Amino acid sequence: MSTKTMPAEAASREAETLDIELRDPLLAAFLAWLVPGGGHLYQGRTGKGILFMVCILGTFFYGFYLGGGRVVYAAWNVEDHRWAYPCQLGAGLPALPALVQAQRARTGRGPLWGGFMAPPRDGQELRNWHFHLHSYFELGTAYTMIAGLLNVLVIYDAYAGPMIILPQQRKRKPREGPKQDRRKRGGEGVQDNSQGKESQDVNSQDVGADA
Amino acid sequence: MNLWYALPLLVAVSLVYSATRNEHWKPILSHAVRFGVWVVGLMLAVMVVLTAMNWLG
Repeated sequence: MSTKTMPAEAASREAETLDIELRDPLLAAFLAWLVPGGGHLYQGRTGKGILFMVCILGTFFYGFYLGGGRVVYAAWNVEDHRWAYPCQLGAGLPALPALVQAQRARTGRGPLWGGFMAPPRDGQELRNWHFHLHSYFELGTAYTMIAGLLNVLVIYDAYAGPMIILPQQRKRKPREGPKQDRRKRGGEGVQDNSQGKESQDVNSQDVGADA
Repeated sequence: MNLWYALPLLVAVSLVYSATRNEHWKPILSHAVRFGVWVVGLMLAVMVVLTAMNWLG
């Protein structure tokens, strides 16, 4: 079981910490890949889990619908290098039937489930799909790819917690001269006191305002 | 191509991105709005540049 502690968001404007119980991070990451949002539901982060599930699955299936149900398939041959599929696979379980269909096609067996997520039989069939779907083929491909890639961020969030950018990680140019700098620090010189209370206050004000 | 197809993507990407950087609803939503505005601004800037290049070319 793992717990992550970090500075809270800017909204609180207080130097408090945020405790997130990540439970088993590896299992959470696997569940997050398998079903978008599943890892967060396992960790008890229900709101974020539902948000991820709705956004990612909604994007994936809307793209699948736009593409006429043809845009998610796995193929790697001389006529078709389906480079979009590794991105789509990031969405997990919804993209897995394509692997089964690709394996069947590779071994010369017919497709299952009425050709659901099956690769095109040849280049001519692929050209027919493009001809009938027009730009919706590319649009559906983009939607499903983006859904899969977004889930990579979600998997990391389930594994390690939110990727909050701390002010210490930012590179800022000094805007004030050395005299003003010493005055702000109460005449204590220019030594780095990043672990002190001043730094904590800055954390609580800046974290979350990094868009 | 209808530009309205970008709207669902914009909403989904903004919400998911901001939710991976915050833990509570209020900062998630405010971050998502800022991120969405930033993306729209970037897309508009690219559109202006491409339109200008088209006129000049």
